[in-house]
This record gives sequence, structure tokens and C-alpha cells, in this order.
Amino acid sequence: MQIQMRSRWGSWLLVGAAGAALFYLAVIPTPAQAPAYKAPKTKDGKANLNGIWQAMNEANWDIRPHAAYVGPVSVLGAAYSTPAGLGVVEGGEIPYKPEAAAKQKQNFTDRLKLDPEIKCYMGGVPRSTYMPYPFQIVQGTGTVMIVYEYAGAVRVINMGAPTKAPADSWMGWSNGHWEGDSLVVDVTSLNDQTWFDRAGNWHSDALHVIERYTPIGADALQYEATIDDPKVFTRQWKMSMPLYRRLEKNAQLLEYKCVEFAEEVLYGHLRKQPLQGKGDSK
Amino acid sequence: MRHLLSSLIALAAAVMFVSAPVSAQSQVTAKPAPAAKAWTMPRTPEGKPDLQGVYSNATTVPVARPAYLGAKEFYTDENDKVESAKAAPAGRGGRGGAPRPAAAADPEGNGLAVHYDTSQFGLGGPTVKRAASLRTSIITGPEGRVPPMLPEVAKMVAERRAYQQAHQWDSAQNRPLAERCITWGFEGPPMMPVGYNSTLEIVQGKGYVGIVQEMIHDTRVIPTDGRPHGPAEIKRWMGDSVGHWEGDTLVVETVNYNPLVVIQGAPVSDAAKVTERFTRVDADTIQYQFTVDDPKTWVKPFSGEYNMVHIDGNLYEYACHEGNYGMANNLSGARATEKK
Repeated sequence: MQIQMRSRWGSWLLVGAAGAALFYLAVIPTPAQAPAYKAPKTKDGKANLNGIWQAMNEANWDIRPHAAYVGPVSVLGAAYSTPAGLGVVEGGEIPYKPEAAAKQKQNFTDRLKLDPEIKCYMGGVPRSTYMPYPFQIVQGTGTVMIVYEYAGAVRVINMGAPTKAPADSWMGWSNGHWEGDSLVVDVTSLNDQTWFDRAGNWHSDALHVIERYTPIGADALQYEATIDDPKVFTRQWKMSMPLYRRLEKNAQLLEYKCVEFAEEVLYGHLRKQPLQGKGDSK
Repeated sequence: MRHLLSSLIALAAAVMFVSAPVSAQSQVTAKPAPAAKAWTMPRTPEGKPDLQGVYSNATTVPVARPAYLGAKEFYTDENDKVESAKAAPAGRGGRGGAPRPAAAADPEGNGLAVHYDTSQFGLGGPTVKRAASLRTSIITGPEGRVPPMLPEVAKMVAERRAYQQAHQWDSAQNRPLAERCITWGFEGPPMMPVGYNSTLEIVQGKGYVGIVQEMIHDTRVIPTDGRPHGPAEIKRWMGDSVGHWEGDTLVVETVNYNPLVVIQGAPVSDAAKVTERFTRVDADTIQYQFTVDDPKTWVKPFSGEYNMVHIDGNLYEYACHEGNYGMANNLSGARATEKK
């Protein structure tokens, strides 16, 4: 986007009319953002991102374009199969290195055993954003809190001078700043335990994510995540999707403290008395 | 068997400790009482008192007042703490600022030795910033302790405990909620100081106050926009909190607790209501007050109070469940023992 701006600048300079350029600058908003939506501001003059948001897409099943297919547990039939999705990866393809592509296929085959979502592990970034649960932005001064319903994961984004993580973690280390109306968050120190989706798309601990949350209407944000992980991908790539405001008057984040839902799958084999099928109908 | 169990617990404790890689602590000694300098309440852009920041609610003040202090609610000064402790019956420890017994003094493993000695990890004592306090107990009032449970509740608690002990290794679901990483019981509300990770962060957005506690990253997003509580059908591990401002005090009322939640040793009932009051009293300090009113559990309501103090550090991720190797290790140890 900076490049785009520079070329505009170049053409204005070519016109050579400084006065005209000033006039343009005064009346035309920055050309970097395509939709010229002006977000309502908080009292301290930042775009107001407060609210309960949720993705409405199929990225959590597979971030790539995919047709519908049967779910991994046959008795659940049509209720828990995979809905088709257009995908959220710009260009549609994830630029895996060959061995990394093979690992994704293996992850998919073994997903019932490996998918961290099944185990109630925190979703990491960016997956937490587009899991089928709401999340809430509490926009403070000096910090922005993002709380996710799934697994009660939480991030407090530092909006001050960037700080460094002392250790890797599931939700990573977030330093944010504003670029116009966009909240830009630099996320590092993510561990290698989370996935991008249920299809086994994966990353290493070298993952570096740059997120942009840009208001595009009163009730929608555009979410972009630039993904960099030189251990796994041949180049940077980007995913992009709208996020929608939960408009229910009484909308609020509830609890999905899912440890209890994952205990049988994690520890059931260590029971004194096996459940003998009881666990499937509860 | 007893030794095995203690060592299993110790192992679980150690493993769970490891799963919390870093802890938000900063090295400061207790602050002297704030001087009478001019201080004005900082405000958010919305004009509300600004409570934002990272706080420690660590304290050496015990929940219940030591019996030998009677109705004395405050020490007169730091020296009085030391002098008063001399009246303590011999053998008492770990309360009222007296040193806790070393693990070596507890060879039978009666419960004191198996939990963390946080000083071993550099997390206890002077490494943790604490608000200065002359209180003799967190629970306020002349009694300074949690009132008795109703007899039928006490009976139920005893029965539950007996069942728990008889079946404690049967399955993950038989383990305490804290060991399962569902809730540690300190997150509340009411929020109570823990032996370590007694840190929390407050973020205020328009119409909401977010409080994240380092312990299991438990977070409440408290609406302050005047809405009522949610449906009573929805019970929650941290209850259902709504807040409002009374002058410069944030008042938070919580109902609709999950019936498995335990407050001060007793399961909450569907009649439980907890009221918290957050008041910023100086540049570094939030006064935290709470009242637990649960007429189906306790013979009367009780209240408590402590100060939380601002710290410069960050909150760090406590991935309790994700790092809970102790659960599988404990259960497989129990299964292996049964085969012997």
C-alpha cells in the first residue's frame, strides 16, 4: 500500500502543480484504503472497534477453497460434516514447501488424533479469529483486549512501545499500533502447537503474523492476516475475511470452557472403569 | 500408598508449575503508606475512573483472622504485627505473617509439604509486590472469618469430600477442578489472592470492563451499560457479572454460578450473589471489597477486603490445560499401582 501511495505521489508531482496537489490532499481521503468508510471514533480519537465479532465463513474447516465432504465421525452423518467454503487465502493456495505440504496431508488423515481444537487447546492466532465462536474487543487506552469464547483464550495487545516475549505461548505476543482506522497487530512468539484449521494446515514456531482489523461499515471489520513462516512456506501469504458484529441486543460472550468436553478424549483411556459408550450420548 | 499419592501430587504440582513458564512479578518491597500528596483520579476518555493496568493481589493477610487476635481488625503498625504474633500458640505457622513451616518439618505429608513452597521458585516473599496492609484478615468484621455453613450444606460437603477421597483417582472427572484446569477457585468472583500468579489486568472499553487473571487466563468481560443479568438457565464457572458505577466505585454483581463452583469451601447455590467494589484510592492502589450472600449455603453473608497494587510487569499466558501432563501421569500412575 505504501508503494501505491508513492506512485500516486509520483503522478501528482509529474503534474507539477503543487497547489492542485494540496487541493487533492485536502479533499480526497488517503487512497491506500479502497473502501472510503469513516469509522466512528472513540473519545480518544481511535476507530471504535469495541464489540462482539464473529467470522461467518467455513475457514475453520479449511482455509482453502473446498467442496463439502463427509465428517470424520461417521455416526454424526450430515450434522457434523464439512460445509463447502470459498476459502480465505488470497490466491487460494498456501505456498507450502514440499515436505510441509506432505505433513499437512498427514495431519488431515490423523486429524481426530492431532487437531488441537478437539483437545480444547487455545486456538492461537489467526485461527481463534475465525473459529465458529464470537470474540469480543475491549478497546482500552494503552491496551486492546481480545477475548475469545472458545477455550476462554485472551490476548491483551500492547499499544505502547513494542515489547518482547520472554517465551513462546499459544496466543503469542501482541504489539499493536494504529494505521489510520486500522488496528495493526504484530504477533510473534507463537508456539508450533496450533493449526490454521481442521484440515491440518499448520505452521512452525517461526510463525509471524501481522493482523489488520479495519472497519468497513458500522457492523463489519475486514480482517487480514499476513503469514510468514520460512520453515514451512516458500513465501509470505495472506488470508482475508470480513468479521461481523453480533447484533443481538443482549449479545454477550458466554463461556466455552471446553476442558470438560475434551477430558474423555484425552484421559478416557486412563479411567478405572471404562465409560462403555456412555460418553457418546451425554 | 500414601507416599506414592503424595509424590504423585507433588509431581502434578511440579508439572503444572512448569506449564506456567513465566509469572508476572516485579521485585519491589512493600510501599509505605501513601503520603498526603495531591492525587487526582485519572479518568478514561469516557470519564470513568481509570482502573486499567496490571495489578498484584498477593497478600500476607490471611483469609481468616487468627483466633488469638480476637476481634482486632487492624494492627496498629508493622511492629504490632510482630509483637502480636508472639501471642500465637506454639506450633502455629503460615498465618498472620508468621513463617510457614518448611517441608522438612512436615515429613508425614499432612498437607503442608506437598503444595508449592513458592520461595523455592523465587515467587514468594519479597519478590512479589504486595499492597501494604494492616488488616488482620481479609474477611472483615468483628469475627474476621467465614461464617458457618448451614448444617445440611456442611453435611453435603463432607459427603462429597468422602466420595471424592474414595474415588479420587478413578478418572479425570474425579480430580479437583483446579487440577483439571477448569477453575482454580481463586478467580471468583470474589477474586482471592493465590500463592503465586496473583496478578490480573484490567482493560476498560466503552460499556465494558475486562478483567483477566493470570491464573488459567480466566477472563470476565463485565458490561456496565445497564443491562440485566443473562438467563438463569446459563450457569457459568465465573458466574454472570454485570457492573455499574456508584460515584467513582465500580460495583459488580454476579449471579448464575455453575453449581460445582466452590467459594470458601462451600458449593454455591442458585441463590448466590456476590457483590464486588473496585475503588482506585491512589496512583498505585485499588481497594477491592466483596460480599458473598448465599442464604442457601451460609448462615449469614460475609464480606472481605484487600488492596491490589499496580505492578510494572506484564501478564503472561498460563496455559494450564494445554500443559497439564500431570493429569495423565497421575491417572496412569494410579492404574499402574492397581496392577501391582
